[in-house]
Amino acid sequence: MPAPRIPHPREKRIVFANIDREGYTPDIACYLRNGGYEDLKKAVKMAPAEIVAEVKTSSLRGRGGAGFPCGVKWGFIRPGETKPIYLICNADESEPGTFKDRYIIHQDPHQLMEGMIISAFALNVHLAYLYIRGEFPQGAQILEQAIAEAKEKGFLGKNILGTGFDLEIYVHRGAGAYICGEETGLIESLEGKRAYPRIKPPYFPAVLGLYQCPTIVNNVETLCHVKHIVRMGGAEYAKIGKPNNTGTRIVGVSGDVVKPGYFEIEVGSMTLGELINDLCGGLKPGRTLKAIIPGGSSAKVFRAGEKFKIKSKAADGSMVETEIGVLDIPLDFDTMAACGSMAGSGGVIVMDDTRDMVEALNNLNHFYAHESCGQCTPCREGSLWMQKITDRLLAGGGVESDPGLLESVSNNIAGKTICAFGEACSWPTMSFVAKFPEEFAARAKKQVPPPTPPEFLSETLIGAGH
Amino acid sequence: MQIPTELLAKIDEAISHYPVSKRSASLPLLHLFQEQFGYISDESIAWIADKLGLEQINILELVTFYPMFRREPAGKVHIRVCRTLSCALAGADDLKTKLSEATGIHCSKHHEGFSHPPEVSPDGQFSIESVECLASCGSGPVMMINDDFYEAVAPETIQEILSKYK
Ligand SMILES: Cc1cc2nc3c(=O)[nH]c(=O)nc-3n(C[C@H](O)[C@H](O)[C@H](O)COP(=O)(O)O)c2cc1C
Ligand code: SF4
Ligand code: FES
Repeated sequence: MPAPRIPHPREKRIVFANIDREGYTPDIACYLRNGGYEDLKKAVKMAPAEIVAEVKTSSLRGRGGAGFPCGVKWGFIRPGETKPIYLICNADESEPGTFKDRYIIHQDPHQLMEGMIISAFALNVHLAYLYIRGEFPQGAQILEQAIAEAKEKGFLGKNILGTGFDLEIYVHRGAGAYICGEETGLIESLEGKRAYPRIKPPYFPAVLGLYQCPTIVNNVETLCHVKHIVRMGGAEYAKIGKPNNTGTRIVGVSGDVVKPGYFEIEVGSMTLGELINDLCGGLKPGRTLKAIIPGGSSAKVFRAGEKFKIKSKAADGSMVETEIGVLDIPLDFDTMAACGSMAGSGGVIVMDDTRDMVEALNNLNHFYAHESCGQCTPCREGSLWMQKITDRLLAGGGVESDPGLLESVSNNIAGKTICAFGEACSWPTMSFVAKFPEEFAARAKKQVPPPTPPEFLSETLIGAGH
Repeated sequence: MQIPTELLAKIDEAISHYPVSKRSASLPLLHLFQEQFGYISDESIAWIADKLGLEQINILELVTFYPMFRREPAGKVHIRVCRTLSCALAGADDLKTKLSEATGIHCSKHHEGFSHPPEVSPDGQFSIESVECLASCGSGPVMMINDDFYEAVAPETIQEILSKYK
């Protein structure tokens, strides 16, 4: 095991405050010694609607990938709903490049418990599930232990803290399928079926979710933030970060940097360049930057040296346009989107000049081809095609038309499928081929085979009476 | 099919977590059976389906969909190596090659497809499977041996790590 990391001075640790802290253990005694469950005690004295209002005020955006405002999602639950309402914590963490929920689950599980119990109280939920990916067997055990401990102390179960509020939380393990991270696939999986994402509308499980009842699905990190919002108050929380991009978030940097790792930063408080050069120690000696995937493997890749035109508000309120480079992009949701990619799940993958972009794309194409659930033809066939074409390019069989073919296949998936996996699997191919055309062209040298000579066409052969 | 009493108790506990629909217990039961018997047999499928009041196809289609479930035994020591991009950049390919040398298993290269079912050594001791991102990309290459997790694995430490499982 690598040695525990000391937080970088430019980090602002809220959710990760206890991660890698010397002497901090995942048991409830340690959590209570550190002020644990005090926010729950505060929350149960509030009206549920008040908590929802605080979350709205905080402008918290989901940390699972889509960045959807959490308070807005919670607001979809109708007041006076008569059906049972369910809460699901999405701990499927499987977007390549993303590594954050793992540490909360393994090192600070009670923080997640407290966030979940507060959220369940706010949403009038009495049965909640924690969907954890199958490859976290130890994480599942730790969470089960945390649930038992919380129950024993009266934070969970019947009549929580004497309020009359009942809640059960159960851990549900996945079994190795990435698509279980997509919330409606997750719900199908929790119902004991194949994780086939559901056809929209309804667009939100908050309308029809688990067992056809209103269901809120939130990421692990999102639910942890709720606890801190209750402590600070929504307005105070919203002062962290930038408007519409509030709070802190955990970013994970992997790939070709000197010190890869995870950092909790104030949203928008630093640029991609500062993250890579200051927090991660820059690139390895003698290497130069080639590409960055900024928000999990599905986010569109940036090429070193790219420029973007960004609109922002000047002091006098007028809109000004400025030109920025890749390394100047602030780490927030909106600017990242304005530059044509996304902040996504916070996983930043860095590649230097020694890397072959066709190989990198091929690696991701294998991932997507393997993980497509297979319901939609464009996604099932297209992801496999993209894999096979990049396989062919690597094997030396690339023909001149291959880059164009990759482009055409990827353009025919996004927007034509049941779930956002369609976008997720096509964006890497679209962006790699568009931004590194010379690398694809260099591997696509073979002439397209000439058409079959007329005398060998089957029609001719049959017609000739052979 | 002979089900040990201890397993029966776990099965009933798992089912009790799903008061709304027993069907939801399918995945937990499959996990319990795979832990107990090493893989999912036809008999297990029939037993689970019967227990949950489902058709056998409802269980079989889960086994064929979810990559973690196996239809035949893996090695006693089951190794999962992450093959996805961040780990590949950190040397996952080399790690897998070294693991296959150390265990005597012939492995396909990562871009030649997946190892489902896992490749098992002739003595049944080891098996290796390529898996997708294990959510520890900052400390690649990573692998799991049975339920234990290893990060930043240096190829020269493989023998030492494997010897713990002899
Ligand atoms: C293909 C796909 C995979 C996803 N994987 C995950 C995941 O592993 N973890 C996660 O929290 N959200 C994942 N999501 C997003 C979820 O669908 C959902 O938006 C999220 O859990 C909502 O939580 P949040 O609002 O708190 O972010 C994925 C989405 C898609 C389309
Ligand atoms: S887009 Fe892909 S993953 Fe999503 S439902 Fe369709 S086939 Fe399945
Ligand atoms: S790529 Fe290997 S753990 Fe994420």
